[in-house]
Amino acid sequence: MDKTINLTLKIWRQNGPKEKGRFETYQVSDISTDSSFLEMMDILNEQLVNENKEPIAFDHDCREGICGMCSLFINGRPHGPDEEITTCQLHMRKFKDGETITIEPWRAAAFPIIKDLIVDRQAFDKIIASGGYVSVNTGGVPDANAIPIAKPAADEAMDAASCIGCGACVAACKNSSAMLFVSAKVSQLALLPQGKVEAKRRAKAMVATMDELGFGGCTNTGACEVECPKSISIAHISRLNREFLRSRLSE
Amino acid sequence: MSNFLTSSIGKKFIMSISGLFLMMFIVVHLGINLLLIFDDSGELFNLGANFMATNPAIRIMEPLLALGFIVHILWSLIVSFQNMKARPTGYNQSKNSSNWASRNMLVLGCLIFVFLVMHIYNFFYIIKFEYQNLLEVDIDGEIMHDSYSLVAGLFKTSVTYCILYVVGAILLGLHLGHGFWSSFQTIGFANKLWLKRLQVIGQIYAIVVTVGFAIIPLYFLIKF
Repeated sequence: MDKTINLTLKIWRQNGPKEKGRFETYQVSDISTDSSFLEMMDILNEQLVNENKEPIAFDHDCREGICGMCSLFINGRPHGPDEEITTCQLHMRKFKDGETITIEPWRAAAFPIIKDLIVDRQAFDKIIASGGYVSVNTGGVPDANAIPIAKPAADEAMDAASCIGCGACVAACKNSSAMLFVSAKVSQLALLPQGKVEAKRRAKAMVATMDELGFGGCTNTGACEVECPKSISIAHISRLNREFLRSRLSE
Repeated sequence: MSNFLTSSIGKKFIMSISGLFLMMFIVVHLGINLLLIFDDSGELFNLGANFMATNPAIRIMEPLLALGFIVHILWSLIVSFQNMKARPTGYNQSKNSSNWASRNMLVLGCLIFVFLVMHIYNFFYIIKFEYQNLLEVDIDGEIMHDSYSLVAGLFKTSVTYCILYVVGAILLGLHLGHGFWSSFQTIGFANKLWLKRLQVIGQIYAIVVTVGFAIIPLYFLIKF
C-alpha cells in the first residue's frame, strides 16, 4: 500500500466578503496517508508561501474535534467523506492517489463568507445570546444531588449538549436551516429542571432570532443528522417544535 | 398569533395540520374507492358514492377539504420560496445525505397537483356539474347516479388513463412516505423511539395508499 498520495485540489478562493469568488486548482504531492486533512492544507499553504502566493484562509483551532471551529465542504459533504468526525479528524487515507478534491466554504445566507473558506458563524452566537442560557444567582457550589434528574433525561440532555456549533447541519441542509443546532441548544436545557423555568421564553426567542438571521425552515430531510459530527438526533427538532408550539399556544 | 403564523415553525405547523387532514381524507377516499373492485355489479360503489354525495356531514366537509388543499398548496409555495432564499449560492459539488422524496416534496406536490386537476375533471366535475349526462340506477327503490359506470367506463376504455392513475398513485405514495412522519415530527409528536415507529407506519401507510389506488385501474384494465 502506498504511504503517500498525490492530489489535485479545487479550492474556493474569495478575497473578501464583497469580492467575487472563483475556484482555483492546486497540486500537492507526497502527502502521507497518515496525515490529517488540515495538515495537508498546512502543507499546501507552506507551498504557497514559498511561492510568494497568498495562503488559503480556513478555520481551525483545537484540531481534536471538540471546538467546532473547522468547517470545509469537502467533495460535497460537510467535514468530508467520513462519519461522525470534524474536518480536523479527517485522515488523508480516506482519499485515493490522483484524486481531485473539491473544497468549498459553508454556503448559507446566514453564514456570509469572510475570506476563502472562512465563513462568519456569528449567527449561532446571536441565537445563543437570545436565550440559550439559564439565569441563576451565582454563589456556592450546589449539592451534587440536591436536584434529582432522571437518568434518561440526563443522558438525552448530554447528547444534545455534545453539539459543538460547527454549522455542518446548516451546510448540509438544502434549506440552510439551523434547526438541528437550535434544537440541541434548546433540548439540553429543556430536559433539565434548571432549564424548565425559562423554557417557554427560550424556545420563542431562539426561533425568532433564527428566523431573523435568514436561516431556512426545517423540511425534515434528515441530512443534518447524517452530517453532524456529534450525531445529534433530529428527535431534538421535534422537541424544539413541541417547546415552541407550547410556548406560542399558551400565550 | 400573527407572529406565530409568520414564524418558520408556525408555517410548518400549518403544512403539518393541513397535511394530516388531507391524509385522513385519503383513507376515506381509498375506502370508498375499493368498493369498486369488490362488486362488479357496481351496486356497492354506487351506494357508497351516493352516501358521500348526500350525507350532511360530508357536505360540510367538502368545502373544508377544498380549503385544506388550498392552504397546503399555498403554504408549501411560501415555505419553499423562503427556504430557497436561505442559500443564495449553491455548492459546486454536493452529495445528498437525505432521501430523494424528502428533498423533492415540492416537485412531487406539483406533479400530484397536475394529477389532481385531471382527476377532478374526470370524475368530480362530471358528477357535480354534468350529472345530466350520467346514467341513473335504481337500488332498493332509490334513484341515484351510476358513478360506477363512469369510473369503470374510463378505466375499461383507456389504457392511457389507467397508466396515469397508477403514476398518480406512485407519486402520492412517495409524497406520503415522507409527509406522514414529517407531519408528526413538525407538531412535536416524536422522540427517538416514536420517530422510528412513525417512519415505519408512514412507509406502510404510503404503500397501502399506493397499492390501494393503483390496483383499481389495473383491476379494470386486466379483468375487462
